[in-house]
Amino acid sequence: MLAIVGTVPDEKFPLTTGKVSLKDDEICIQGKRVHVNRGTPALLAAAVKTGEMLGQSELFGYLIGDIGLGEGSRNLYEYLTENLGGSRFSAITFHYLQPDVDWHNRVLSAIKKMAKQPILIADAGFMYAAKMSGQAAAYDLFTPDVGEMAFLADEDAPHPFYTRGFILQDEKRVPDMIKRAYAHKDASRFLLVKGAKDYLADQDGIKAMVDSPACEAMEAMGGTGDTLTGIVAALIGSGMEVSKAAIVAAKANRLAGYYARPTPATQVMEIVLHIPKALEEILSNNNEIQRQICK
Amino acid sequence: MSFFEFLKPKKEKKLPESDQDRGILVFEHTSEVIRAEKVLKASGWKIRVMGPPPEIQSGCDLVVEFPLIEELNILRTLQKAGASPLEIVPVSSPLLRPVDLFQIKDFDQYLMVRAANMKLTVEKKTLNIVNISGGGCPDVPYLAQEMVGKSLFEAPNPTEIGHTLCGYALQLAYEEILRRCSP
Repeated sequence: MLAIVGTVPDEKFPLTTGKVSLKDDEICIQGKRVHVNRGTPALLAAAVKTGEMLGQSELFGYLIGDIGLGEGSRNLYEYLTENLGGSRFSAITFHYLQPDVDWHNRVLSAIKKMAKQPILIADAGFMYAAKMSGQAAAYDLFTPDVGEMAFLADEDAPHPFYTRGFILQDEKRVPDMIKRAYAHKDASRFLLVKGAKDYLADQDGIKAMVDSPACEAMEAMGGTGDTLTGIVAALIGSGMEVSKAAIVAAKANRLAGYYARPTPATQVMEIVLHIPKALEEILSNNNEIQRQICK
Repeated sequence: MSFFEFLKPKKEKKLPESDQDRGILVFEHTSEVIRAEKVLKASGWKIRVMGPPPEIQSGCDLVVEFPLIEELNILRTLQKAGASPLEIVPVSSPLLRPVDLFQIKDFDQYLMVRAANMKLTVEKKTLNIVNISGGGCPDVPYLAQEMVGKSLFEAPNPTEIGHTLCGYALQLAYEEILRRCSP
């Protein structure tokens, strides 16, 4: 089963763990509901829809409220440290958590106590902590945007806010940044870099690039990176190999966006609703995906 | 958080128009830029936070542009506040010109302002905020939740509810879109 760890933007939301479902535009967990806007709820919604399409609806969530101050994240880190060791997930995705190297290391130690090692995926704040800890290579997949890629490529930066290119992003530098991140062991086994072009890379370099379909209005939409991470997490959770899952997810996220016929006012839930149709279409063309991986 | 709450300038001192009269202050960390901006604006200097020119390899993603003729006074102000820069560079050639942080995209019914990594989009007719995108900082989902669906004039100020560099960048986008859309 896939587990997803993250936060919701409501400081009163208590630490909640359990199976996750989607009802209309809300995530449901242990009788609590969270509106899908962006962030971890958008990732969860995309993962639920992907799981439904694959006939694998089991998804476990670890959620807590945090509005960016870190208190909720620290409580969740503590819970994970005490409870993950005895769990049996095939994959775990870590998302919007306040980066904290000490807590990150304790969580990773807890994972090492699991009977079977899960596939580890990280994005956003937890990915920053993974890189800051020097243990990026313990992860199977990071899903950075271009600014976050600049942080992974900056071996000297103790925090993203010291990194040149974190907020002033330069897409042209992505191939060089990928090389640099691997050279300094600041990257996971695979990288899925999200941007105008999505790149799949490993230590041997760029393996695939996905840049169509491209909808201009999607640039204005919040949460499209979260849905991509949600799709790839659910595909990996279903047993799909990481590099194939990354390419399928990048294509399906774009196609779902295209089917949503977005305007700059479209909300991310519109894309989530089109994920099953998009995935079905992408997966029906397995030869094309295989060709891209092998290229 | 209070470190990027801006104080109103007491009295604005004008920035010279020519590139040759400007300099840039380079800092190691973006929070130092935000602090220097606050100190200098509170002292009445007309300065601008911008992106570093590609020729300058040191420092973070933001620089402060200032009137070069006032270098000593400005440095004294910053030293007193414990906010000294890493480096001071005169804008002596076009390659040393700081980069504008803003990009504007007109979608007919909608206007999107991008400030560094954060994008804020409003419907032109109603001035309602319809989307916020960009940034993986931990406060971004909360900022989006509190601002999207509200009018530009009713939405909370990003610096009042944000805590990170993404919150600061969103504040810049918010101020720019307010400037463009205010009657």
